[in-house]
Amino acid sequence: MKNWLKLTVASAAILAVSTTAFAAENHGGSIIVTYKDDVSTLDPAIGYDWQNWSMIKSLFSSLLDYEPGTTNLVNDLAESYEISPDGLVYTFKIMKGVKFHNGREMVASDIKYSLDRVSNPKTLSPGAGFFASIKGFDEVSGGTAENLSGVEVVDDYTVKITLARPDATFLHVMALNFASIVPKEAVEEFGEDFGTHPVGTGAYKMTEWTRGQHLTFEANKDYYDSNLPYLDKITFEVGQEPIVALLRLERGEVDIAGDGIPPAKFLSIKNDPDYADQIVEGDQLHTGYITLNVKMKPFDNILVRKAVAMAVNKDRIIRMINGRAVAANQPLPPLMPGWDENYQGQDFDVDAAKKLMAEAGMADGFTTELYVANTDPQPRIAQAIQQDLSAIGITVEIRSLAQANVIAAGGEIDQAPMVWSGGMAWIADFPDPSNFYGPILGCSGAVKGGWNWSWYCNEDLDKRAILADAMASPEQAEARIAEWKAIFTEIQDDVPWVPVFNERRFTIRSSRLEGPAGIFVDPVHIPVHYDYVRIKDGQ
Amino acid sequence: MIGFLSRRVFESALILIGITFITFLLLFVLPADPVRQIAGRSATPEVIANIRHQLGLDLPFYQQYWRYFVNLLQGDFGRSYLQKSEVAELIKARLPASLLLMAAGIFAELLIGLAMGIISSLRRGGKTDNILMVVSFVGVSAPQFAVGILMLYFFAVKLAWFPIGGYGTWQHLVLPALTMGFMGAGWYSRMMRSSMLNVLEQDFIRTAKAKGLGKLKVIMRHAVPNAILPIIAMIGIDIGLFVSGMIVVESVFGWPGIGQLAWQAIQRVDIPIIMGVTLVAAFFIVIGNFIADVISIFVDPRIKLK
Repeated sequence: MKNWLKLTVASAAILAVSTTAFAAENHGGSIIVTYKDDVSTLDPAIGYDWQNWSMIKSLFSSLLDYEPGTTNLVNDLAESYEISPDGLVYTFKIMKGVKFHNGREMVASDIKYSLDRVSNPKTLSPGAGFFASIKGFDEVSGGTAENLSGVEVVDDYTVKITLARPDATFLHVMALNFASIVPKEAVEEFGEDFGTHPVGTGAYKMTEWTRGQHLTFEANKDYYDSNLPYLDKITFEVGQEPIVALLRLERGEVDIAGDGIPPAKFLSIKNDPDYADQIVEGDQLHTGYITLNVKMKPFDNILVRKAVAMAVNKDRIIRMINGRAVAANQPLPPLMPGWDENYQGQDFDVDAAKKLMAEAGMADGFTTELYVANTDPQPRIAQAIQQDLSAIGITVEIRSLAQANVIAAGGEIDQAPMVWSGGMAWIADFPDPSNFYGPILGCSGAVKGGWNWSWYCNEDLDKRAILADAMASPEQAEARIAEWKAIFTEIQDDVPWVPVFNERRFTIRSSRLEGPAGIFVDPVHIPVHYDYVRIKDGQ
Repeated sequence: MIGFLSRRVFESALILIGITFITFLLLFVLPADPVRQIAGRSATPEVIANIRHQLGLDLPFYQQYWRYFVNLLQGDFGRSYLQKSEVAELIKARLPASLLLMAAGIFAELLIGLAMGIISSLRRGGKTDNILMVVSFVGVSAPQFAVGILMLYFFAVKLAWFPIGGYGTWQHLVLPALTMGFMGAGWYSRMMRSSMLNVLEQDFIRTAKAKGLGKLKVIMRHAVPNAILPIIAMIGIDIGLFVSGMIVVESVFGWPGIGQLAWQAIQRVDIPIIMGVTLVAAFFIVIGNFIADVISIFVDPRIKLK
C-alpha cells in the first residue's frame, strides 16, 4: 500500500509539472512528415519497425509509458499500481472515463482482451515472447488455452496480473506497444485488416490512409489529457526518398523528414549554419560491437581478446561515419540504467596490445575472419578494423555478406570468429539492462540460430541475472540496477565483445516546430514523440 | 489468323505459369528468412516456429508452390507478410498510378524520340544530327536514377516549375514521365533515324518530290507514316523495359505505383507482394508482346506464313 501511495504521488507530481510547464503553449495547426516506405501496419500487436513504432504510440495507449524525451517510466492508462511483496501480483487501478476512438469507454476487460490477443499464437505477434512471465502464457502459447489465467478483471477499473515468476522488467513490458489496449469489437470487425483501421485510446486517431500516398492523424478530442495533443493534424506522406524529403524541407513543404538526413548529405548539412536550429541530436539505446567467438581458437584466450579490444581505434571509425556516434567501452549504452561512467574498459593502446599478444604466445599473429553486412558503411568499418588489427600481427579476412547470411553465420558455434554488428546491432526494446543481456550475452542466446554471436556463456552470471530480474519491488530497484552494472562490468572484463560505438540520432525538422527537450530524438517514441510536437507561436 | 492468335494465347498462358514457378523457386532458395523478418530480433524460438507454421513456410517446396498456385487460380494473391493486407488490394490501389505513368512515359518517349529521329535524319551528317545522336546516346546509357534526381534538382528545386515529387496533378506527372521516356527516346531516335533514311531513299519519295509537293508535306505525309510502322511494333516489347524503369522512377519521384511497392517488398522479403507484382508485371509484358505480334502482322503480312 505504501508503494502504491508513493507511486501515485510521484506520477501526480510529474503530471502536475508537465501540465504547468506546457499549459501556455500554442495549440492547433497541422504538419507534414515524410517517409520513404509505406507504413506496414498500425496494429500494435504486429507493428515492430521504427517507422510505425511511435505512430502506434500516438494512436494507442498502454498501462504505462515514459516521460517524454526520457527513459523514465510513468503511468499512462494506469492511475496507480501495487506490487505484492513476493513480486508476483500486479494490481493496476485504471483511469475512469478513457474513451476509444469509437466512443466506447475503455474498461478492465479490454486490458485482459488485449493481453490475451497478443499472447495468442494466431495473432502472429512478434512481441508475444515478452509476455512469457504472465501466468498461463505457456498454455495460450501452446494452444491449449485461449485466455491468460494470470490476468483477472477485478472490476471495471481494476485488473490483477499474476506472474509465474518474478520479473522486474514487467512494468517495461506493460509500456511496450505490444501491450497497447485495443477494443475487441473493432478487432473483430476488421479482422486481419485491423492494422489499416486502427482504433485505440491515443492522443491521435487515424482518419485516412491512402495506400502508398499518405496517412492522416487527427487530434483525438476525447483524449484523457485535455492538454494533448498540440497539433490538430499530422499528414504522413510516404514514398519519398530521403534526399527528396530534404529538398522539400529546405523549401518549407515538409516539417519532419522521418528517415533523417541521408548519409551523403550529412556533413554538408551538419556544417551548414542555416540548418543549425533544424537539427536535433540525441542518444539512443544502441551499441555497435565486434563479437569475438570464445568457442573458436584463438579467441578462447582472454589475452588475445583483450589485445584485439585494445588495438581497435574507435575514434577513427567514428570519424569515418562523420561523427554520428560516441565511442563505447562497455555493452550498455550511456542512456541505459546501469551504464558505468567510471568503467575503464580496454583503452586504445597498440603497444600494450602487442605485449598481450606476445604473452599469449601469439607474437607472430594469426589469420582470422571478420563477418560483416554488405551495406555501406559496414564494409568500410570492417576495413578499418582490419587495418587496426594488422598492426598487432592479426591478418583479418573480411567476409562481407547479406545481412541474413551474417546472422546465420553468427548463430553457428564454429563459423564466425568475429562479427561486426553494424546494420543489425542491438537497439533495446525497452530501457532496462536486462534487455541487453539474455539474447546477446546470456547462455540462452548462445544456441544455434541465436543472437549471442560471441557464444559467451557464464553460468554464474546467468544465475545472477535471473536473481536480479526477480528483484521486482520498487525498493530493490536501485540495488537491482547496481547488480546489473556489476554483471556487465564482469562481462566486459572477459571481453566477449569489443564495444565500438553508441550511435547518435539526428532528426531534421522545420524551424517552426518546437516541443519539450528530447521529443524530437525521443529514446522510446522513436523517432519523434508526436503527441508533444507543436508549432511555434505566430507561425 | 485465328490459329495464330490462339496459339499465341496458349503460349502466353504457359509463359505466365512458368514465371510463377521460377519466381517462387527463386524466392524459396533466397537465404533471407522471411519469418525472421516478421518476428524481429526479440522473438523467441517458439514465436519463430509458430509464425513459420501458421504461414505454411515449414512445408516442402512443392506443397507451398501448389498451395500458392491453386489460390492464384481463384484470384487470391495471398496476404502480405508484413502489411497483413490482401496483396490484390495493395496492387489494385497502386496500379492506376503505374498505368498512368506508363502511358505518359510512352507518350514522352515517342514524342521526343520520333522528333529527334526525324530531325536528325533530315540533317544527316550535320551538326544537329551529331548533337542529337549524342543526346540519344546519353539517354540510352544514363542511369534513370541519376536522370531523375537531376531533373528534380533543376526543374523542381532550382527553377520551381514542377512540384518536388509526389502524385495528384498533371504537374506531378511531367518529370517522372520525361525520366521514364528519356531512355526509350534514345532508342527510338536511333531507330527512327535509320528507318527514315531508308524510306527517304525510296522511289515513291522521289516521285512525290518530282510532282512538286512541298518538303514538309513529303516528309509528314509520305516519309514518316512509312518509317513509323516498324517502330510501333516495338512499343509492345518496350513495356518490359518500362516495368523495370518503374521501380527506379517511382522511388525517386515518390510515385505511388506498383514499382515502389515491389521495391519496398524486396527490401523486407515480403514474398506474397514480390510474387504478386512480378505476376502483374509479367502479365503486362506478355500482353505487350502479344499486341506487338498482332501489329507486326498488319505491318508485314508475311508473318502469317511462319
